[in-house]
Amino acid sequence: MSTTASNQHREAPAKPTTPAGKAADYLDQRTSIGVLVKEFARKVFPDHWSFMLGEIALFSFVVLLISGVFLTMFFEPSMALTHYEGQHPANMHGQLMSVAFASTLEMSFEVRGGLLMRQIHHWSALIFMAAIVTHMMRIFFTGAFRKPRELNWLVGMTMLILGLAAGFSGYSLPDDVLSGNGLRITDGVIKSIPVIGSYTSYLVFGGEFPGAHIVPRLFTIHILIVPGLLLALIALHLFLMVLNKHTQYPGGGRTDDNVVGFPALPVYVAKMTGNFFIIFGVLALMGATMAINNVWNYGPFDPSPVSAGAQPDWYMLFLEGSLRLMPGQGTEWVIAGFTLPLNILVPAMVVPGLLFTFLFVYPFVEAKVRGDEREHHVLDRPRNVPTRTALGVAFLTAFIILALAGSNDLIATHFHLSINSITWVFRVLIFVGPVFAFWVTKRVCLGLQRKDRELVLHGHESGRIVRFANGEYIEVHRPLDEQERWLRVNYHAYEPLRIEPKSDARGVKRKGYGADRRWQRLSRFFFEDRVEPVTPAELAAAHAHGEHDELAPAEHPAIGAGVGAGHGTTQGH
Amino acid sequence: MKALAARRHHRFAPAVLLLLALLVTGGVYAALAPSPASADTASTADIETGKKLFQANCATCHGANAEGSPGVPSLVGVGAAAVDFQVSSGRMPMQMSGPQAISKPRQMDEEQTAALAAYVSSLGAGPAIPTDAQVDPADGDIANGMALFRTNCAMCHNAVGAGGALSEGKFAPALWETTPRNIYQAMLTGPQSMPVFNDANVTPEEKQDIIAFLVDQREGSAGGNALGGLGPVSEGLWGWAVGMGVLIGAAVWIGAKSS
Ligand code: HEC
Ligand code: HEC
Ligand code: HEM
Repeated sequence: MSTTASNQHREAPAKPTTPAGKAADYLDQRTSIGVLVKEFARKVFPDHWSFMLGEIALFSFVVLLISGVFLTMFFEPSMALTHYEGQHPANMHGQLMSVAFASTLEMSFEVRGGLLMRQIHHWSALIFMAAIVTHMMRIFFTGAFRKPRELNWLVGMTMLILGLAAGFSGYSLPDDVLSGNGLRITDGVIKSIPVIGSYTSYLVFGGEFPGAHIVPRLFTIHILIVPGLLLALIALHLFLMVLNKHTQYPGGGRTDDNVVGFPALPVYVAKMTGNFFIIFGVLALMGATMAINNVWNYGPFDPSPVSAGAQPDWYMLFLEGSLRLMPGQGTEWVIAGFTLPLNILVPAMVVPGLLFTFLFVYPFVEAKVRGDEREHHVLDRPRNVPTRTALGVAFLTAFIILALAGSNDLIATHFHLSINSITWVFRVLIFVGPVFAFWVTKRVCLGLQRKDRELVLHGHESGRIVRFANGEYIEVHRPLDEQERWLRVNYHAYEPLRIEPKSDARGVKRKGYGADRRWQRLSRFFFEDRVEPVTPAELAAAHAHGEHDELAPAEHPAIGAGVGAGHGTTQGH
Repeated sequence: MKALAARRHHRFAPAVLLLLALLVTGGVYAALAPSPASADTASTADIETGKKLFQANCATCHGANAEGSPGVPSLVGVGAAAVDFQVSSGRMPMQMSGPQAISKPRQMDEEQTAALAAYVSSLGAGPAIPTDAQVDPADGDIANGMALFRTNCAMCHNAVGAGGALSEGKFAPALWETTPRNIYQAMLTGPQSMPVFNDANVTPEEKQDIIAFLVDQREGSAGGNALGGLGPVSEGLWGWAVGMGVLIGAAVWIGAKSS
């Protein structure tokens, strides 16, 4: 193996002996890839379980690709009609259905391993979306979207939407009753768009719904366009992640100017490989033991039947819920001969529009109200940014309420409730719930911050009572060690923006004052309530006051790079 | 034989033959038909026992002569099938008042049920209890049953009969454990919010097909654990609970392995 990056012909210090070594040497002599590998192998990655959530998404995507290729070999995206000749499943024998549906049945019952592959593919899709959402929650609550990672947040958001598109297009391919119900709703939503709605619907379905084109079209989207875009974006996403370096959790020795963690090789790569096998194994097990989307239970698509319990996959459930919550009466307006179906437009367009806009713009809005241009590489503890954490929890609350509303019939049957009352409860909750969740979360965060302050100033209660010669009783407090203290004091409590006055010295009105004022107001909403971290002066004062609390004053070694890392490696930015 | 042959051309012969034919058909019909005849053939003793049972268990609500009372339907003409369905599924005698009478462990044994059925159908003819042959799932066409169930029943009972919600706390129950006879009778009598599927709507053969389909669903899914047959919501729930649960657990474990 070479140690220099020179392209010159050179005498290798020691000829490799193992086959792998020889192969690597062969490659290296022709590409000098060794330099890159070494650079990457020495790259330091911080370590935390939550950094593996993105990996779950990544690896379930790999499983999706592999199982998807298998399915593509047997699936026929055609809406031509045929009679199903197979003996299994018994309830489909001899039925009239589309070729797409028949090929799905054949794949499940005739092709060896076909049903397993279909189920692995579908479970992986559910887990992929679940992992993306959990990954995103991690990014949000720790503030990993701050500069310089806003771009990667946008890439991620685009992938989230592509993930929804992948799920939706794939789900509709088998042409069964349930997915057809979903397409029917989609058709309705498209048609609800004023003016262009009906034309767009004809364009999408190639004529009147359902037509004979939608399955082949969705097929192209599902196996070519969406995965292609996702692959490209994942590459960009990971490239940006390496370029920006990974963030790290706060802790002793970790600053915005270094990375504390393990070298990629062998530690990180070993963990990644292990994680890959676990994810692969879990998905395969789920596919093997848990039935999913058994389309023959729903039967071939026919526009008339809708069965009870017709719902989309979980990541679309919020849309279903939004539609179910919307009151139908009085919300369809006819203006000058044009129908404005607010009962569909609001739940199917406005609600998701608001949710996604919030996610898209949040990092930029927060940067603006924070008023800082700094780079952030150390993550926030969620409690230290109460308003953001509370907004995130409020968002999740809204999402969960919508998903539950989308399952209102199952809630009704399983808890013996009236579906009408449930719907009304959710109609109220969708407005009240998020606000309440916001308020509670913010209070909890501020409370935790205050507790941290107490702890830093006065140390842990030890439960030991000591009596002094003068008769005074005190409880001994054990001071925090450096690690614990660093974690609790090393954050910045932002204050609301300060803006220039309305008019300058000569009394001329300043341009842009109005906008500034609005941002200031928003900034107040974010940072008006805050708990400042303990300053060194406060700490000193507390120590002087409570001197005798500490029986054995601790040494205070300076905290520097490396100390906090313990057994890790520190690398400068 | 000769005598018979000789009188074959007697002028009363056609009439006698007609009479005979009628008698034979009638007899065969009486013997074979699922018969509202149960009312006629049931012994008066049965009807008497049934009446007593009715007076003791049902009359408080349905009235002394089953004429009904405010909020409780009259049972005149509902037929033996309705009684057998309601009583053998434990819905009647009703106990708790709720959005709908729910099925419970049955209180009346086979004999008592039969007696009640005999009594009620003696008050007015109605649909009779189907025979075992009529409800035998082995003779039904599963695929046709699926198609019929999909268009007639799935909107309330879910695609595989896992049950579903109706308005105001009413619900269409899961059909996993309903006996074939009760499936047939439910269609025939349309209990509570369920519509009646009479023999013109859904023929007896079709009813048998539906029974065959529903019984076939009990075999389980080719794909593994069916997760209640409830579709995407339960799949999502299991995906999060099992899949994400294990994977996050593994991530925590791997993450902890180093530090
Ligand atoms: C607590 C009051 C109550 C008692 C006791 C009661 N029922 Fe009912 N029954 C009802 C009500 C209310 C309904 C209507 C709702 C329904 O169909 O379940 C009904 C319905 C029925 C029906 C269905 C009628 C139809 O139109 O199909 C039958 C049959 C029946 N009852 C039989 C009985 C028999 C037999 C008993 C005694 C073993 C009994 N009930 C006891 C209240 C009662
Ligand atoms: C409008 C909705 C609706 C439709 C359509 C419907 N049912 Fe029902 N079904 C119900 C309700 C509600 C009940 C519960 C009645 C009760 O508890 O008395 C029920 C009860 C039943 C039962 C009795 C279950 C038990 O646990 O005892 C069977 C069996 C049944 N239905 C079968 C069918 C079949 C087969 C069809 C189609 C031919 C069908 N239903 C169509 C609403 C419906
Ligand atoms: C297709 C789905 C996605 C895949 C495969 C994926 C994969 C990854 C991986 C492997 C990492 C590094 C490890 C980690 O921090 O977890 C990462 C980091 C990151 N992801 Fe994603 N991700 C996806 C979707 C998203 C979404 C939806 C967002 C947000 C909208 C997002 C935002 C980010 C950000 C900001 C980082 C940098 C985190 C940091 O440095 O702390 N990603 N992603």
